[in-house]
Amino acid sequence: MILWFTSVQIVVAVAAGLFAVIVGLMGRRPSDYTVGALAVVELLLIVQVIVAIIAPLAGNPPTGDLLEFWVYLISAVLLPLGGVTWALLERSRWSTVILGLLAFAVAIMLWRMEVIWTIQVA
Amino acid sequence: MTTTQPRSRMTGIGRVLVIVYAVMALAATGRSFVQIVRRFDEAPLAYSLSALAAVVYVIATLGLVFARRRGWYTVAWVAIVFELAGVLVVGVLSLTVPELFQHDSVWSVFGRGYLFIPLVLPMFGIWWLRVHRPAARPAAKTAEVNA
Repeated sequence: MILWFTSVQIVVAVAAGLFAVIVGLMGRRPSDYTVGALAVVELLLIVQVIVAIIAPLAGNPPTGDLLEFWVYLISAVLLPLGGVTWALLERSRWSTVILGLLAFAVAIMLWRMEVIWTIQVA
Repeated sequence: MTTTQPRSRMTGIGRVLVIVYAVMALAATGRSFVQIVRRFDEAPLAYSLSALAAVVYVIATLGLVFARRRGWYTVAWVAIVFELAGVLVVGVLSLTVPELFQHDSVWSVFGRGYLFIPLVLPMFGIWWLRVHRPAARPAAKTAEVNA
């Protein structure tokens, strides 16, 4: 993984999460803005998938368990897709809150992935 | 009337609850899959518990999704109470008998590794189930929610 890229990604995911949760609690239904914010999170995740494929070949191998890393990454990729699908099916303000919570989950998982890739306690 | 508004609102929060359960189910399943594939021998008890927890989260998620049906409502209750008991028992044991749980499971130290969500979630789930007894609802209301 590339630390600065992951950091940017986490910041974007947290920002998208805050935005959607706040807007959702204010009673807004999923809009182009909230769904768009999740789309940006998803786009960055897809870039991360490409980075994770290329990085080991380019002399940036993971120090941790690659299987665990990929389980996290694939799960993270699925979350915004699931949330956006939900938001399209049910246009209530809770769907907006859900979009935000999923963005937070992605942020936490990215942090875990960076730890798996770089820091080994055992 | 006055009761209609909060009830529909709680149905909405129920959706959030289901999603959080689904994410926990995904997280627990993914984690226990990795643990069992990679190093089951190191901590069979902790990793078996992780797998069990994952199964319970999946069942609880399904139970909540279909909670309007009587059978699933009971399933949701059983799964969520089991989950609460699990997080409490494993939480206490992981502090008092740490040698049993040298490897983390979802429920170690009351779910610390998951921001204590495993501890809070079943309480929220039980509250939601109590508020949403399927029998307590008029049929019309159920049909409306289903639509």
